[in-house]
Amino acid sequence: MRYWNEHFECMSRDEMKVLQSRRLQKLVDRVYNRVPHYRAKMMEAGVEPGDIKSVEDIVKLPFTTKQDMRDTYPFGMFAVDMDEITRIHASSGTTGKQTVVGYTARDIDNWAECMARSLVGAGASRKSMVHVAYGYGLFTGGLGVHYGAEKMGCAVIPVSSGNTARQITILKDFKPDILCCTPSYALYLAEELYASGCSLDDINLKAGVFGAEPWSEEMRKEIEEKLGLKAIDIYGLSEIMGPAVSCECLEQKGMHIQEDHFLIEIIDPETGEHVPEGELGEVVFTTLTKEGFPLIRYRTRDISCIDTSQCACGRTTARMMKLCGRTDDMLIIRGVNVFPSQIESVLLELGETAPHYLIIVDRVGNHDTIEVQVEMTESFFSDSVKYIESLEHRIKSKLDSVLGLNVRVRLVEPKTLARSEGKAKRVIDKRKM
Amino acid sequence: MGVRQISVFLENKAGRLSDVTKVLGDNNVDISALSIADTAHFGILRLIVNNPDLAEKVLKENGYTVSISNVIAIAIDDNPGALAKALEVLTDEDITIEYIYAFTGKTENKALVVLKVEDIDKATALLRSRNIRVLDDSEVYSL
Ligand SMILES: [Zn+2]
Repeated sequence: MRYWNEHFECMSRDEMKVLQSRRLQKLVDRVYNRVPHYRAKMMEAGVEPGDIKSVEDIVKLPFTTKQDMRDTYPFGMFAVDMDEITRIHASSGTTGKQTVVGYTARDIDNWAECMARSLVGAGASRKSMVHVAYGYGLFTGGLGVHYGAEKMGCAVIPVSSGNTARQITILKDFKPDILCCTPSYALYLAEELYASGCSLDDINLKAGVFGAEPWSEEMRKEIEEKLGLKAIDIYGLSEIMGPAVSCECLEQKGMHIQEDHFLIEIIDPETGEHVPEGELGEVVFTTLTKEGFPLIRYRTRDISCIDTSQCACGRTTARMMKLCGRTDDMLIIRGVNVFPSQIESVLLELGETAPHYLIIVDRVGNHDTIEVQVEMTESFFSDSVKYIESLEHRIKSKLDSVLGLNVRVRLVEPKTLARSEGKAKRVIDKRKM
Repeated sequence: MGVRQISVFLENKAGRLSDVTKVLGDNNVDISALSIADTAHFGILRLIVNNPDLAEKVLKENGYTVSISNVIAIAIDDNPGALAKALEVLTDEDITIEYIYAFTGKTENKALVVLKVEDIDKATALLRSRNIRVLDDSEVYSL
């Protein structure tokens, strides 16, 4: 099975735009009439449903943020009566109130559809046995995968999270071919598997669909080696739907967005303007088909970029690249937006592992300066002064061109950069001190 | 083949060298030769020790970035012109010397010189063919 729904996954970009435009019009009409909060926001912005004729008109609409959800807690942004809601999920906010979302029966079905497409993209088929180790409950992970796999006709094992010994027994005895959980739990499972005396021969995993937390390419490599599978990145957030808003195919070159359901924009988090394709910015989603809890231009605070070229897998849907952090991490240096993850990926390109680094931003006179301190690692180190100097130079010129800034690079000894609770501090912004 | 030399990455900060020698001393590693190549920002400390494996292990445990490279150690007469003669043998054959450092005092009437070249085997054979004494690694570690 190559695609779950070839029609929507492989339609031409033009057709997709027409479809999205039609769905956007309907959506705007619906929220204007059914969600007082949205009507007020639109009136304030001086825009009416009639002003929205195509996807390009989306820029006329105001953004939605987490604050809107706090203001309308718990159900104020639902667009249907409660008797049409068949499911409620909630995410515990790290700051402030939890976010409550509601789904109609059709929303649940669309979600399962997106998940089925994602699982097929990851190599699953009707014959697959899908081990779901995401938590079941208010969190969208477990039930999100569950409904999609069930819709496909897979044999679903709803293990949920926790009880690792039992998870390992299931991996060994039932031999599922698809594992769904967070990437860090996948690594933990692998370690526990080996610790219990098992080897790769005892399990039969072909693909893992991992998400709900950020993870690096390095981690991907490690999981793939340890579990002998293809590690597929899946993206989603409960405000928009849950997992399967986008998901990688086996090419692993970006996550295909289910664009008939979700309209993506990438904006400059400072100005709110669209950035050119391929440039990093904040991911903004509009839920084109959602009935229960539709959102217009929801600012996710996630940083990524998109590629709308056709993927080698044949799908035409736009792909969003692995998340590069959160808008909260963004630095503005001489008017340029800088994300720590950009520095990390430059370093990763140059060595086998990304070393620890520290970004020091300062202001000398009216001039912002950026220095990047990079810890020397085994894979970077050589006995030759010339080699190290050229390494320093290569890091600098790569950073200069990626960031568009004049960066000072300094190689420092390992462990000189402070770490708190195992996590390194990445940025010191002296301008604020 | 050749002698195993320990290289350590150091920032140019006061006290770093003595920190390294303290770690080695605490673990009973004897340093028989030492040199530093440095730039404005960093330096590479190069060491010949009696137990390179142990030195590597304890330095890594103490958070240093360490690499091991192979070098040649030769013994030459401790008099003017002896070093020039030895180096000539190599330059005549287009063998590039990446770096060189000397240490004295442990072998009677001989100066010991560490050479870093690309092709150690070739250089060793060449030097020996001209009667220049190339030390075996075990000989160096027991200095
Ligand atoms: Zn693809």
